[in-house]
Amino acid sequence: MNERLVMLREIQELEFTAIELNLFLDTHPQERAALRDFYTVRNKLVEAVRRYEEIYGPLTATGCSPKTNQWLWIEGPWPWEIEYE
Amino acid sequence: MWMYEKKLEYPVRVFRNDIGMAKFLMAQYGGPDSELSAGVRYLTQRYTMPTDKAKGLLTDIGTEELAHWEIIATMIYKLVKGVPAQQLREAGLGAHFAQHDRAVYPADAAGVPWTAAYIQATGDPIADLHEDLAAEQKARTTYEHLIQLTDDPGIKDTLRFLREREVVHFQRFGEALNDIQALLNNKNLY
Repeated sequence: MNERLVMLREIQELEFTAIELNLFLDTHPQERAALRDFYTVRNKLVEAVRRYEEIYGPLTATGCSPKTNQWLWIEGPWPWEIEYE
Repeated sequence: MWMYEKKLEYPVRVFRNDIGMAKFLMAQYGGPDSELSAGVRYLTQRYTMPTDKAKGLLTDIGTEELAHWEIIATMIYKLVKGVPAQQLREAGLGAHFAQHDRAVYPADAAGVPWTAAYIQATGDPIADLHEDLAAEQKARTTYEHLIQLTDDPGIKDTLRFLREREVVHFQRFGEALNDIQALLNNKNLY
């Protein structure tokens, strides 16, 4: 599997965990263990996104870009075009 | 507001060229119990929810449904990409091709266009959350039908992920409903 897909897969896994904990916390805001897990995974996610964006460009339009003199946001492949392995 | 994130929530892999499956997947793309219906339903109902918990939950689940809508669109896009018109016709997609070419148009598996009549927003949180619970179960069973309709392990894998999300959403909506019912009962002290 190419390096880009490996990094993207890691982001997908971390963000999925964050979404799952997010929904759980919406109805269980007092659960301290879930709150702790959420911030642990959130910090890992921010770091993984930062490493990805440094190489492949922004995941959101306001994300980081390795080249600020170039508009990398519109560069493909777009999510529906990626050949996942 | 919303910001687009340039990634799918879950990967979409298509191993075999099961073109006919694209037609069936339209059920979850533009049908009554589709991801589009779910997203519009929850993001519409959230404004009149009485608790911050329910406002947050409907916002977050509604947003996740849009990500699922994109996953279904990606499966359909990949399945019909580059397929000649004659093959689309043989797979039951001739009518779709006549009107939409290979565009991912929001209609159901039988070609009926999506309509807001598929959803309701009553302004009554108890009624709305019951609709949401039913919607999640209807989507779950539709995914089970779709899983039976294909032998592509890539499509099955993504559909299993989406099916599990319906189960989790059902659970969370039930918790939000219990919370609101407890709140409304508390106010009935005379």
